[in-house]
Amino acid sequence: MSFIKVNRPKLKWYEHLYFPTLFGGLKITLGHAIRSVKSTTRGKKEMNSSGLGITMQYPETKWDEFLPDWYRGVPALVTDEQERERCVSCQLCEFICPPKAIRITPGEIEDGNEWAKVEKAPKEFDIDMTRCIYCGLCEEVCPEQAIYLRQDYSITGLSRKDLMHDKEKLYEIGGKRVGLVNKWNKLK
Amino acid sequence: MDAFFIISTLIKIVVITFLLLLPMIAYSVYAERRVSAIIQDRVGPNRVGFQGLLQPIADGIKFLLKEEFTPGHVRKGFFILAPILTMAPALITVAVIPFGSDIILNTGRTLALSIAQVEIGPLFIFAIASISVYGIAIAGWASNSKYAYFGSVRSAAQMISYEIALGLSIIPVLMLFGSFNLNDMINYQAEHGWLLLPISIGHEHGVTKEGLLTWFPMLIAFIIFTVSIFAETNRMPFDLPECETELVGGYHTEYSSMKFALFFLGEYAAMIVGSAVIVTIFLGGWSLPFGLSHTEFLSSGSIWAGLIHIGCFLAKLIGFIVFFIWVRWSIPRFRYDQLMKLGWVVFFELALVNVVITAVILYFLAR
Amino acid sequence: MNKLSTTSLPKDIAAEKGLVNIQIDGIWMQVPKGTRIIEACNLAKAQVPHYCYHEKLSSPGNCRMCLVQMGMPPRPAPGAEPTYDEQGYQEISWNPRPIISCANTVAENMGIKTQGELVEGCRKDVMEFLLINHPLDCPICDQAGECTLQEYSVEHGNAQSRFKETKIKKPKNVRIGERVRLDDERCVLCSRCIRFMDEVADDPVLGFAERGTHSKLTVHPDKLLNHNYSLNTVDICPVGALTSTDFRFQMRVWFLKQTPTIDTNCGHGINTTVWTRGNDIYRVTPRQNNAVNSCWMPDNYRLSFKKFKEELRLLEPSHKVTEAHQPIHWTKAFASINEQLGSANSENTALIVSASLTNEELYLAKILAEKLDIKILASVEHKQEEDNLLISSDANPNTLGLQLIFKLKTLYKKLGSIKTGIKSGAIKNLIVLGEDLTTIRGWDAELLGHLDCLISTHSLANSTAQASDYSLPVATAFENEGTMINLSGRLQKLNSAIQAPTNVKTHFQLLTSWLHSLEVNHLPTKPEALFIELSETYKALNGITYATLSDLGEPIIETNYQVPLLAKEEQRRKQGIIA
Repeated sequence: MSFIKVNRPKLKWYEHLYFPTLFGGLKITLGHAIRSVKSTTRGKKEMNSSGLGITMQYPETKWDEFLPDWYRGVPALVTDEQERERCVSCQLCEFICPPKAIRITPGEIEDGNEWAKVEKAPKEFDIDMTRCIYCGLCEEVCPEQAIYLRQDYSITGLSRKDLMHDKEKLYEIGGKRVGLVNKWNKLK
Repeated sequence: MDAFFIISTLIKIVVITFLLLLPMIAYSVYAERRVSAIIQDRVGPNRVGFQGLLQPIADGIKFLLKEEFTPGHVRKGFFILAPILTMAPALITVAVIPFGSDIILNTGRTLALSIAQVEIGPLFIFAIASISVYGIAIAGWASNSKYAYFGSVRSAAQMISYEIALGLSIIPVLMLFGSFNLNDMINYQAEHGWLLLPISIGHEHGVTKEGLLTWFPMLIAFIIFTVSIFAETNRMPFDLPECETELVGGYHTEYSSMKFALFFLGEYAAMIVGSAVIVTIFLGGWSLPFGLSHTEFLSSGSIWAGLIHIGCFLAKLIGFIVFFIWVRWSIPRFRYDQLMKLGWVVFFELALVNVVITAVILYFLAR
Repeated sequence: MNKLSTTSLPKDIAAEKGLVNIQIDGIWMQVPKGTRIIEACNLAKAQVPHYCYHEKLSSPGNCRMCLVQMGMPPRPAPGAEPTYDEQGYQEISWNPRPIISCANTVAENMGIKTQGELVEGCRKDVMEFLLINHPLDCPICDQAGECTLQEYSVEHGNAQSRFKETKIKKPKNVRIGERVRLDDERCVLCSRCIRFMDEVADDPVLGFAERGTHSKLTVHPDKLLNHNYSLNTVDICPVGALTSTDFRFQMRVWFLKQTPTIDTNCGHGINTTVWTRGNDIYRVTPRQNNAVNSCWMPDNYRLSFKKFKEELRLLEPSHKVTEAHQPIHWTKAFASINEQLGSANSENTALIVSASLTNEELYLAKILAEKLDIKILASVEHKQEEDNLLISSDANPNTLGLQLIFKLKTLYKKLGSIKTGIKSGAIKNLIVLGEDLTTIRGWDAELLGHLDCLISTHSLANSTAQASDYSLPVATAFENEGTMINLSGRLQKLNSAIQAPTNVKTHFQLLTSWLHSLEVNHLPTKPEALFIELSETYKALNGITYATLSDLGEPIIETNYQVPLLAKEEQRRKQGIIA
């Protein structure tokens, strides 16, 4: 059997007295307190902290340059090089969305439009940012490479309405994204 | 009882309770949060005002504006009484604590810097402070909730146990001083040096034989007394009545808003008063160390001397509060049986032995 | 091998009953002679994937998806006797090539394998061929979610396409009719729609043009797919080639909740499924019931849910004060009505009850008539043009229910006497439950103006409601629950797919509240509970409860009525077109 029996440590006589070890503990915390006050806390450099503790002083210092590429911020819709809105309102993101934050009203692209062959585009596309949990499942499920989680994370508003991202706002955040698969090309 | 006495007492009550003690309670909460943060490599509240100094005011406003919620299943009268019984004793005990040396006014009258000059200072403090156990016991019972009930039962048992050690530990000190008057105790220490620092250069003796011989029993008394005060105020490592990990919030689980705040502040008030008592008895109260207060200028009774002594007292008091906080964030909570064992088996006996030792020493010294 | 006595051989036992023995995936079973193999497999719970096969249509066998492996006993050598095993079956020798299961019928001692290397390989390859030119349209395709191509691709297909060449372009988004759009690229050429239009709708406007990979579905020149049954082609299309213009891009099917209910546009009571999301109806499709509507439904019935637009609905009870209608609270409305009717002579009061009410509601109407002592009862007969398929001449969905509850066969004929009564002034008060009287010939607002008090219930605003002293809003058939009896005497269940607006009651709730205000207090609050009372009262309903009544209904009354579409289907069955 692969288990290791760990014996209780045998305490020395002065350890039984409790007081010496108590002062040992006080010494450790005092050491931390002194380093904090001297602004030399561990992690000052790596974590870009203020030095007064490892805490980042958020609005003054930000993590933006430390964000990894895979960081998941707000979901947003993107257009491609041809200025085409990539979303075809297949509603898979609406379906997968765990907190049901996405609500799409599908619509038809009229005849005569440059992209009439795509046939379908969202009439309305709302993401309720009070519900969104930034999980990224919408990005993962999207068959048209239309929705991406951006690096923006600071989404605030003074009313619930401010946090209802409509189609316009989503395209504003998303912007243009290049190098995507050009599925609806001339051959199609 | 003349007009001067009434007016001066009223002024002292207002100044000491409302301008000194209550802000001190509020800021000791702030200090607790900042010191704990510093110890734990964090920042703590630093947003409200410069370095977060207005945080206690913000907290106070928040407590006042929160919904005053009384659960339906509680005994309402007792439920309301409990926080009062916790807060009030802590404030009352402040009455006997001398904050500084007597000031001799221009009119020739002497102004004592304590609200009441009673002859039985420590006894008064113990008597009043032990009432606060009722607050906690009633809170737990009136809440009609198992967590609160457990918390209060633990608290009652704990406070009663440690009151014995508390009372016994101070007997050697009283034997040495031969008085119950806190002012007398301080005056003795001002002259002979603090109990824990029995060196006096202001006094002609320098280091006295008496001071040296009694130093060790006094140290033991100091340790027992201090630890018992920790237990009495339900502070870490003796905060079993609250014990978030087991009892949600302990005896104040069902409380909210200002009623909760009274419990919360009561704990800090008890801590401040406890610190003040320790400082007064063992660390010379308002007196400067090494008998310096016995010099001509400082013992003259001038206003300046009074202010210096008040500053000295507050410095010691704040130092002790910080020590309280420091201990809280360093030492883990005891197990309940360990707590009881420490109180009854270790401190009780140790205090008794200490009484005997001191008595023997004093007997030989008196010969 | 023991040779068993001839009489006890399974083949002979089966033959006596007109059955044959067939082994499906190793298990022997008996099925009727002439059954298609695919149906026998369905009976054996061995589902065979298919596109072109449809049980109500002929089998051309052109999709090749239903390939199975078949085996028969070897033909004995001349003079040799067939040998039988212990159970009396002959040994099966398996055919190395697959056969299509939809166009072949079962035979004695036949063996079928719906699994195995051969069958699965065939399915995989058929799927690959079908998908060669299939566009990657799933994100924009309405069929996604109920597309057999998607399903079989997951079950039997390849994950990757090996096709490197350019896909063939075909017409997309073609309006081949008012209600149907065609996307030829998605078509798998199963010809179900062509056969439906030919065989069932009898309006052959669809066909294939060109050949090979360029084959495409199209409407015949100068023709359009405008037949009243055209949307059935959308239902049966296994892929997204035919889509409904009305439902197009409205909502993905996986969001929709399906409620089985019945259609209330005519006396047939066509079984339907109502597809809803939240409180919105997105589409109505037929639900298979071989005793009522087979698999089909006319387009105008399907789209009839569109007429209940929010802006046309009556949303609160109202009371006519001088000329204008004022909103009134339900309780006050009933109190006021009771006061007015109580002071009037019951001889002067008439009740017109619609045959579109459910049995439970009709029963409550009857109790109301008894309570108010109303002797003059009538109902309105609605006739419409029948189409010899699924539209009956009787537009009332519950004529038989009306006859059952009121036990009067002549309720329709009494309407004329009410009209004369109103004109002569003999009838002063009229209660109308669920009928717009002004649509009937000879009835107009002027006639209704003779009345002292007109109380009417409607879902939609109309001129009868306008003329009413009390206009009470009621729920539509999609918001209602109850039972109805169709023309062939079948008791069927109406279920609510959506919620009625807040201040709108169903006829059931309205009548129970009204009766409650008249101090009839024993009434249950749910149709289900009231139906127990009905089943005790009426012999035809004995022993039936909502729990025992299946979604397909139950025949309770003998009538000789036959749905014309079912008669035609029976004819085709006799001709051997369908099995």
